[in-house]
Amino acid sequence: MKRAAYILVRNPLSLTGVILITLVVFGALFADFIAPFPEHRGAVVDFANFNKPPEWPYLFGTDLVGRDLFSRILYAYRISLLLGAVVLAIAVPVGVTIGLVAGYIGGWTEYVLMRITDVFLSIPPLVLAMSMMGLLEPTLTNGMLAVTAMWWPWYTRLVYNLTRSEKEEGYVLAAEVIGASRTHIIFREILPNCVPSIVTKMTLDLGFVILIASSLSFLGLGVQPPTPDLGSMVADGAKYLPDSWWLTVFPGLAILVAVFGFNLLGDALRDILGVDQ
Amino acid sequence: MTGLLSLRNVSKVFTLGQREIRAVDDVSFDVEEGECLAIVGESGSGKSTIANMILGIYPPSMGTIAWRGDVLPARRELRHRRAIQLVQQNPLSSLNPRRSVGASLRLPLDVHGIGDRSHRADRVGRLLEEVGLPAEFMNRSPAALSGGQRQRVAIARALASESDLVVLDEPTSALDVLVQARVLKLLAELRDKRGLTYVFITHDLSVVRNIADRVAVFEKGCLRELGTTEAIFANPQHAYTRRLIAAVPVVTDAEVALRKRLMENDNAAA
Repeated sequence: MKRAAYILVRNPLSLTGVILITLVVFGALFADFIAPFPEHRGAVVDFANFNKPPEWPYLFGTDLVGRDLFSRILYAYRISLLLGAVVLAIAVPVGVTIGLVAGYIGGWTEYVLMRITDVFLSIPPLVLAMSMMGLLEPTLTNGMLAVTAMWWPWYTRLVYNLTRSEKEEGYVLAAEVIGASRTHIIFREILPNCVPSIVTKMTLDLGFVILIASSLSFLGLGVQPPTPDLGSMVADGAKYLPDSWWLTVFPGLAILVAVFGFNLLGDALRDILGVDQ
Repeated sequence: MTGLLSLRNVSKVFTLGQREIRAVDDVSFDVEEGECLAIVGESGSGKSTIANMILGIYPPSMGTIAWRGDVLPARRELRHRRAIQLVQQNPLSSLNPRRSVGASLRLPLDVHGIGDRSHRADRVGRLLEEVGLPAEFMNRSPAALSGGQRQRVAIARALASESDLVVLDEPTSALDVLVQARVLKLLAELRDKRGLTYVFITHDLSVVRNIADRVAVFEKGCLRELGTTEAIFANPQHAYTRRLIAAVPVVTDAEVALRKRLMENDNAAA
């Protein structure tokens, strides 16, 4: 803990990351209490106040049907974070398990698993997600599914390489000589030594998952209206640039803050956990 | 008469691309119950390959290894693993840095179902005390231990499964000289107390003189000479053995006295 505090204080960028992510997570969790117009997250119209530039009480202005952008951004964060958490909650266990098994067992198992992983890695991520979304209905669930399908191979790669080097350590040999099962060696001996790298990558990736999900909804393939989503907010506002600049700039900045924040936080975690890249 | 462990015409060939490397070439010897057999030779002499075959990490390419008269299968049974254990050279990597000392020591107890579940923690404590460490060390992380302490933990782990034969793969070469002497003393005591058999792999002939009953000299995968420690040092038959002994730095009387004094010391925490 002391070491963590020292690293944070010494490095202003890490501290910035922690502060940004705290604000984002806090805002998303307590959107119901912070948002000045919580009802604006749904299909509400208020034509008396439509397309207003930033002014009290509309901190970030209003959109084309008079909804408060600030409130909508808070709720959009909620969706983005949920999406990121669900994607990683599925992609990480799958990717990590495949990487561990391929790296430890080797031989044909390794060959087959890693070639499958390579196939997924060779498809450009957005193209894969777009084609999946084209086949399936563009809903939040399918969006998560599409992003998950392209995310697990990166964890397989990471953990595969870590496992290959951990396998050479004496403690693995010791467990083998004792007669421990493969399951024990993989999950109880090797996995704990991969955790710092996995956690660091997860933090970095949360930002990227949010970015990819926003890209998808920017293209109209993600979360559907009236659910607030950062990507579709940017897309809707883009038609009214440069006059109604607040429609694009604030949701865009919101994406930037989240991605930037998670990146800085990931770097900070890497320093704290002592992961060498 | 057959010994505790007997190797008969054992060879090991590794294939690296097109090349074949004969790491061990037609080796036969017995390890008698209760003895300490030193395997000496320079790097690449095949001594580690022999250790790995004895431990069942890989099977021999040719020949057989027998345990108490039964030929060991390529895939070892749990009871064979339990009987033959290992202490590695590098105590820094042989303990998992993310698991407590207690968890590492408990593994052999769990794998081989030794003792009651509820009494295994006490057993781990007793093992630590047996190698001269306080029982509270079970809650520590390996990072909080010195090299000598870690090597004691590794020795305790090799004993945890109530093993009969312990393969010691250069167990003292990563330790400084003073700690080395204490660990050797501990190993000698444990052998007496538990009736263990050691296969001691080393390139350090002064250590061999200290602990071994018999010495097997290896060169380029072949067994050059095998005899009692006195015989090998007093009257080496093979030219390679003579070169090996001649290469040992001469020890002064003062150094001999120092070593004696240390060996008499209490082996508290190393």
